[in-house]
Amino acid sequence: MKLHLRIWRQKDGSSPGQFGEYDLDGVRDEMSFLEMLDVLNEQLIDGGEEPVAFDSDCREGVCGMCSLVINGKAHGPLAGTTTCQLYMRHFNEGDVVTIEPWRSSAFPVLRDLIVDRSAFDRIMQAGGYVTLHSGPKPEPNSIPIEPEVAEQALDAATCIGCGACVAACPNGSAMLYTAAKVSHLGLLPQGQPERYGRVKKMVDQMDQEGFGACRNYAECEAQCPKEISINFISQMNRDYLKATLSEPVDRRSKMSSQ
Amino acid sequence: MDFNAKIPDGPIEDKWTGHLESIRLVGPRNRPKYKIIVVGSGLSGGATAASLAAMGYKVNCFCFQDSPRRAHSIAAQGGINAAKNYRNDGDSVFRLFMDTQKGGDYRAREANVYRLAQCSTGIIDQAVAQGVPFAREYGGMLANRSFGGVLVQRTFYCRGETGQQLLLGANSSLAEQIRNGGVKMHTRSEMMDLVVVDGRTRGIVYRDLVTGEVRSESADAVVLATGGYCNVYFLSTNAKGCNVTAIWRAYKRGAAMANPNFVQIHPTCIPASGDHQAKLTLMSESLRNDGRIWVPKNQDDQRKPSDIPEEDRYYYLEERYPRFGNLVPRDVAARNAKDVCDSGMGVGSTGYGVYLDFCDAIHEQGEKAVNAKYANLFEMYERITSDDPRHTPMRIYPAPHYTMGGLWVDYNLMTTIPGLFAVGEANFSDHGANRLGASSLMQCLADGYFVLPATIGDYLSRHPSAEISADDQHFKAVEHEVRDRLLKLMSIKGNRSASSLHRQLGKLMIDHCGISRNQQGLEEALRKIPQMKEEFGSQLSVPGSDDQVNQALEHAGRLSDFYDFAELMCRDALHRDESCGCHFREEHQTAEGEALRNDEKFANVSAWQYRGEDNEAELYQESLEFEAAPLAQRNYKT
Ligand code: SF4
Ligand code: FES
Repeated sequence: MKLHLRIWRQKDGSSPGQFGEYDLDGVRDEMSFLEMLDVLNEQLIDGGEEPVAFDSDCREGVCGMCSLVINGKAHGPLAGTTTCQLYMRHFNEGDVVTIEPWRSSAFPVLRDLIVDRSAFDRIMQAGGYVTLHSGPKPEPNSIPIEPEVAEQALDAATCIGCGACVAACPNGSAMLYTAAKVSHLGLLPQGQPERYGRVKKMVDQMDQEGFGACRNYAECEAQCPKEISINFISQMNRDYLKATLSEPVDRRSKMSSQ
Repeated sequence: MDFNAKIPDGPIEDKWTGHLESIRLVGPRNRPKYKIIVVGSGLSGGATAASLAAMGYKVNCFCFQDSPRRAHSIAAQGGINAAKNYRNDGDSVFRLFMDTQKGGDYRAREANVYRLAQCSTGIIDQAVAQGVPFAREYGGMLANRSFGGVLVQRTFYCRGETGQQLLLGANSSLAEQIRNGGVKMHTRSEMMDLVVVDGRTRGIVYRDLVTGEVRSESADAVVLATGGYCNVYFLSTNAKGCNVTAIWRAYKRGAAMANPNFVQIHPTCIPASGDHQAKLTLMSESLRNDGRIWVPKNQDDQRKPSDIPEEDRYYYLEERYPRFGNLVPRDVAARNAKDVCDSGMGVGSTGYGVYLDFCDAIHEQGEKAVNAKYANLFEMYERITSDDPRHTPMRIYPAPHYTMGGLWVDYNLMTTIPGLFAVGEANFSDHGANRLGASSLMQCLADGYFVLPATIGDYLSRHPSAEISADDQHFKAVEHEVRDRLLKLMSIKGNRSASSLHRQLGKLMIDHCGISRNQQGLEEALRKIPQMKEEFGSQLSVPGSDDQVNQALEHAGRLSDFYDFAELMCRDALHRDESCGCHFREEHQTAEGEALRNDEKFANVSAWQYRGEDNEAELYQESLEFEAAPLAQRNYKT
């Protein structure tokens, strides 16, 4: 099939961008969306033109590296699907396909379709962990965990950190991502000691990064490739409220004084 | 050159504990004075960086992805082995050790494998403490599943995404250390070379993939956790970015490369659908429990598979291996698939595919029961191929999946360059000639959480921390070389993309140094690789400049190292004139077509040492001792 592609081209973070227009012939149903772009890029490179820069790695829907807003939808038209797992059979002869990077002030464009998502990592670093060293740990079966609880935690932990939720949200909010991370540990017994401090620190970091506020559009859930539930957001809000009501005191410096 | 593996004395079960007690330590006050570089942020690299920083060392961690969470460990599906014996089915450290040794066809070092089995239980404890949500039974206890041809249930799992959850665990510990300032994380940064000063590893040169800058970082020791090199075949189950550059550069600076030809080919992957194919997707092996593998007897059979009657189907595994049938080990299944496709019986658009059919299973157990087991896999398959495996048999074909070879390391995981360590898939140490299912995650985390944090102290304590500036002339010289290499690639100005050249190399490698090998094919590959490299040198096109994001340049750089590496792989495969594990030399098989080892000549590790651009690599051998697990021949027929 033949497609007309409108692709966002931008030299780097400080240059303005614009759409490039490309006609691509020979697109086959069984190509993935990224393979379609690979084919375009090979043609560009063979002709000495600069290829379209886009992120991808695993190409099987789990690393969260691929992105792309395709015809206005984060990760394209199919629910529960990352761009790398989207196949061209969902497009038709002659389609005009518009391809853009994630649009959010907290995710600045680095080049073409590549954005900087390091804000997500900083949210994790703010508190998305159980404080511990490597070494002998208690026997895990000494703390039984209800399978339902473990499964719910896994439902949250399935988030691949792709950023589609931010791209999908009219406000550019990162609530779904942050809630998924907070809830994963908040649900498990291992996450309890730091539960309220964690939610406070992660949400505060999220705000500092310049993500927008949540107005319950629920577009994040609709476009999340892992179908993370927005119920986690209300769970996080409850924990956050509790945390602010009884502001946890960070005693670490006192505890380690000699 | 020192090829002493430094295996501690004593009975096998006491070696590791004894070593831990006698090894030299670095005291907590001195640790912050040492700088350590960890390249790679997957299970082994992430775990190493987090563990070392928690002990107090100053760590710089590098990854080429935009976040450490994306390293390819994340894609591991099945599970992780541990000798917990929760199922009370007779599992033990010794059994896990034996299974790993047998699976590796007796080409691994016993002491390392035993230590791996010993560390396995602690990994589960560590992961649970981090909040890894392993599957639980109704009573709240950890659940187990069976995996890959062993007689006990010892595999722990999180649905089909065990790799992602374990990596998120390691990654959360890494995040904690980044927060505390113990780790400085360098994302979108690719290691380009190693810097060795006066015979000791002192740092790396890397390229910032956003600005294109070439920079250096100095350290007291460097740990490579850069994964495997399956992408030498272009098509593999690895992520697009996986490459050999870091370990190849280390090799060129003096680290020996061990068993580079040992590559595991996974039998159940979705076949390529055409030239556009960018990578292959693995389908869990568990499918072989219920699926029957066949091809049409008549090559030109144009009927839909469901219309082909029983008598016109060739269930080749069931006929050739009546006892194990569709459950023969990975390498046997892979070889037989290639064999029937080579003889023209394959299915699908490329002719390289065989059917994996669930009709009978659905007939016997009902669609609901079969669905309950494989729904997510069926869904994944349908998403990619648009066929519903409940009605149309799946098409599968083997694909390169994991590389057992890698940098040679001693018992302390140190390479032949003092101060350079290798962990996880990047080293050669624990899986011999073939890796057991659910053992890669185990090895990465054993290395990262428990082994390296202890053994690196032994080296550091002998070398007082000494600041060496990254402005030092040694670093400047290597930076210069790196820039020259990049400019050379940019100046070829041909008309072919790295992808098209890479595909060509991959095809050659899979044909001649893939599922099965023979002398003639390997010699042919050794003739053709230099020609291909020349084509690369004259036809490559890298548009754009080197001071910006330039993915064409990244790919070209990785590919140029793959050519040299491919040569060494073929040379290694040619030299190993026996069949063992994944390495099947057609000249050496039993009357039934089984791999035939030659223990007299090849019960050893081949370690190749770089001897300059104009000389052939020199071969050293580390002979293997088999004390705890005596040698035995594999037999899956009876
Ligand atoms: S919540 Fe969904 S959309 Fe957002 S980062 Fe996670 S997986 Fe991606
Ligand atoms: S490339 Fe990894 S999720 Fe798409």
